[in-house]
Formats: sequence, structure tokens, C-alpha cells
Amino acid sequence: MLIGKPAAIPSSEITPKATYVNRREFLAGAGMAGAAVATGFAFRDLAVPAVTVSANARIDGLQKSSFSTTEKETPYKDVTNYNNFYEFSTDKYEPAEAAKNFKTRPWTVTIEGDVKKKQVLDVDAIMKMAAPEERIYRHRCVEGWSIVVPWVGFSLSELIKRADPLPKAKFVEFTSLYDPKQMPGQRTGVLRWPYVEGLRMDEAMHPLALLCFGLYGEVLPNQNGAPLRIVLPWKYGFKSAKSIVRIRFTGDQPTNTWQEAAPREYGFYSNVNPNVDHPRWSQAKERRLGEFLKRPTLMFNGYDQVASLYAGMDLKKNF
Amino acid sequence: MKVRFTKIAVFAAALIPLGRLAWKALHDGLGANPIEVITHSTGDWTLILVLVTLSITPLRRMTRQYWLIGIRRMIGLFAFFYGTLHFLTYIWLDKFFDIHEMLKDVAKRPFITVGVSAFVLMIPLALSSTAWSIRRLGGKNWQRLHRLIYVTGILGVVHYAWLVKADRRKPIEYGIVLGILLLYRLAVWMGSKFMERRASFPAAPLGT
Ligand code: HEM
Repeated sequence: MLIGKPAAIPSSEITPKATYVNRREFLAGAGMAGAAVATGFAFRDLAVPAVTVSANARIDGLQKSSFSTTEKETPYKDVTNYNNFYEFSTDKYEPAEAAKNFKTRPWTVTIEGDVKKKQVLDVDAIMKMAAPEERIYRHRCVEGWSIVVPWVGFSLSELIKRADPLPKAKFVEFTSLYDPKQMPGQRTGVLRWPYVEGLRMDEAMHPLALLCFGLYGEVLPNQNGAPLRIVLPWKYGFKSAKSIVRIRFTGDQPTNTWQEAAPREYGFYSNVNPNVDHPRWSQAKERRLGEFLKRPTLMFNGYDQVASLYAGMDLKKNF
Repeated sequence: MKVRFTKIAVFAAALIPLGRLAWKALHDGLGANPIEVITHSTGDWTLILVLVTLSITPLRRMTRQYWLIGIRRMIGLFAFFYGTLHFLTYIWLDKFFDIHEMLKDVAKRPFITVGVSAFVLMIPLALSSTAWSIRRLGGKNWQRLHRLIYVTGILGVVHYAWLVKADRRKPIEYGIVLGILLLYRLAVWMGSKFMERRASFPAAPLGT
């Protein structure tokens, strides 16, 4: 059969053996770290960087979210083997392998610009800022395919509130890691590096905007934007910046990487919109991975609750 | 004998890409987006085989292996074969016979328009590939008609360059190969014009 409907097997069953071995190693490491944490916070700073946070480590205590869709989740295998992550490769089948040895610890995120609390945060500290939720979102790529992913994280607003932006901060800019040694795609001039994305402040504060560090109940695999990314389900996938190292608050609208690469084709907003075609292809329909026939694309990818953010705006102009 | 053996080998080799696709399809090996993989693979092989067809003539002249002409038609027909598969993938797997969508695509999407033109231009070439056609058309006309393959090559490269999002490396590689093949033709053509000139004024000494 040509297009096999993938069976709904739990992710654990399709996890390659090698990662199980990793997982055991991790658990051993986590056990030690756990002991260190238990013996007092004084040890925390020593213990945390010592842990190798390998992919497939489970994230416990996930809360359910009312934002989750009940649609069938795209199998783990496809979510983690079909990735647009140009830092590693422009071929969607390659990041899984190319990012295998990507180092996600130690990892810090610099909060800067128009905020009261400029600071450098450790990613592990960020992950503990709020209770992790599982959010099953539709994810629509600008190329015309879509997936349903059980992401793990919490609202981006949790972080922004803690950073305490100044009134003049009207936009948030996200910068991804620049490290050509680890990211082979950055040794090419395909895009300008580092990758930059941006949101208007009210978009960033919308509860749907997710600060994400996991999927399928596990730590984010490298090829999916580890260790920390954002997920904006009402926008085309490229807006959801991956492997973030800097969050800058600013009064001026940032120029995102794809807009810079092709301003006629990719705008700042890039909301999913079936009525505004990409200049070179239609956006009216999409192929949900695993399905044969294309399905109609929904306005804001079906997340109507964001519509008020764009009231009165001409979305043909502000594409 | 050599031609016959080579023909069998080329025939088998030209079926490898299709065989690989079929094998992967049967073994759940086409990845997360099978239709995309099939579209890209058949598109790639159409263009590669167009370029291989175009390189037979330079190759046989340079290596003086004149028998190579015996396999050119087959390779050209395989280019058409993969082009047809590519086209069928589009109308069947991709658009699922949605005529309205397809017409909109052809009218509005330059990369589709160009791809379709490249394919349409291959049809008369495939149809007139028989010995009977060559005789009917006469060698000169047949040759003229078959120069359309250059146009298909150029349109194929443009089609590819136009559909990629940002990574133009592959279409550029194909473009360079095509450019070299076209320059070779141009050089040969200018050389022959020069010879013709020389031939038509045999007695005129230079410099008088
Ligand atoms: C019959 C008309 C044609 C149609 C409707 C068509 C359509 C398409 C489509 C939809 C794609 C994929 C675009 C994407 O993924 O964004 C594609 C890719 C491609 N097509 Fe065509 N095409 C046609 C003819 C041709 C011809 C005649 C050639 C070669 C001479 C060709 C070469 C290619 C190549 C090289 C690719 C890219 C493959 C890759 O990305 O690896 N196409 N075509």
C-alpha cells in the first residue's frame, strides 16, 4: 500500500533502541541529580549542569490544557523525522540525524532590551517557572502540510511577565543559536544567520503562544528545536522559532529571517490564512501528514480566538 | 553487440529510480510525506535524464564512441517516462483530479506553468521518436523538432529554481550542467558556420 495509515502506537514502542539506552543513562544521572537536589538547594547549581539532559527523558506532572485539539496526533516517528530546521539541513528528512549530537546543555537565554529585569536565565530554570502543560496543537507549515503535535510547555506570557517589559516594548524578538560548528546548515548562505523571529507584544502575550520544551511527554528532541522554542499554532511553522538563546524586547518591529530572505513571500505576521496565497503556491488546502486527500486550511489554523488581535487589519497587506 | 548489451544495461539502470520508489512504498520507507517524495524523485529524474540525453552527442564526439547514439533515444524516452510519472503524481496524488485547482495552478503559479510547458514540449519528441517518423519528417526537420529538448531542459531548470523556498544550490547545479551543454552546442554551431564561410569563399586569400 502506498500511503499506510500509521497505527496509533505509543511513542515508546517506536523509540529506537539506542535512545532507550540513553534514557537509562539519563535516569541514572537524574537519580543522582535528584539526590543532590534533595540534599539541599545549595547543591542545585552544582548538580544541574552535571545532568546530561538527553532526548526522550520524560517530563512529569503534565497538566491538561483546554486549548488541546482532540484530532488524531501525528505519529512520533513523523513529528521527529520530518523537520524544517535549516540550521541543520534544508532537507526535511535530515535534521533528525544531523542534530543527533547537538549540545543543549549548558544553555542560557538572555533577556534584554526594553525590560526591567534584564537577565541571563538557565534553560532548566525557565522550565521550572510554571507547571508544564501538554498542548495538542495543529501545526501548519507554509509549504502546505500540517501535523498535530502534543507539545509540552506553558504560555510564553509566564516568562514575559517575569521579565517585566517596559511600556515602550511593543515587540518581542527571538534569536536562535548561532553555532556553525554544531549546525552545518549555518555554514551555507541559504538564510542569514542567526535565525530571527518576532511577535507583536499582544501576540506574544496571547495564552495560546507556547513556550515549549517537550513533545509527546518527553524532553524536546534536538531536531524539533531543543532545548527551548516557541509554538504559535495560528501562524505558519517558521514563526515558531527554535533553539532560542535571546529574547529581546523592542519598540521597533523586528525583521524576521524569512521576511528578509523573500519579503514578497513571507511577511511579519504570517498568520495561517487560506485566502492569501503564497505568491508561488496556494494556501487554500493542506496535506495532513498521514492522510491522502488534502483538507481545507482554516483561518488562523482554526484558532479563532486570536482573530481579535487583528481586528481592522488588512490581512492581505499584513500577510 | 556492444549497443545491444549497453541498451539492456541502460534500460535496467533507468528503471532503478522507479524500482527504489516502489520498494520504499511497499516497505513503509517513503517517510512522513510520501507524495512529496514521489513528486520530487520523479521530477529529479526527469531533469537528470533530459540532461543525460543532451550529453550523449558531446560525449560520443569527444570519446569517438559513435555507437553511443544508439542509446540516446531510449534515454530520451525514459526522460519522458519519468516526466509522465511526475505529471501523473501531480494530477492524481497531489491534486486528486481536481481540474479546477489544476487550471488555477497552471494559470497562477509560474513554476507550474513552466513545468507543464516543459512537459508538453516533450510530447511531440516522444511521439516522433520512431524510425518511421524520422523518415517521414526527413532528417533535417526531425533534428529541428528535436531541438525542443533544449527548451525542455531550460524550462525544467527554471521550474526547479522557482519552486525551492531558499536553497537554490541544486537547481543551480543542474543549471550549470545545462549551461555547459548549451555552450558546447553553441561552440560547435559557430565552428561549423565558420567552416561554411571558409568553404564558400575558397579562392579568396585573406588580407586582399
Ligand atoms: C507536467 C507538468 C509538471 C508539473 C505539474 C510539475 C509539478 C511539480 C511540483 C508540484 C513539484 C513539487 C514542488 C514542491 O514540492 O514545492 C515539482 C518538482 C520538480 N519538478 Fe516538476 N512539474 C512538471 C514538469 C516537470 C518537468 C518536465 C521537469 C523536468 C524537466 C520537472 C522537474 C522537476 C524537478 C527537478 C522538481 C524538484 C525536485 C526536487 O525538489 O528534488 N517537472 N514539479
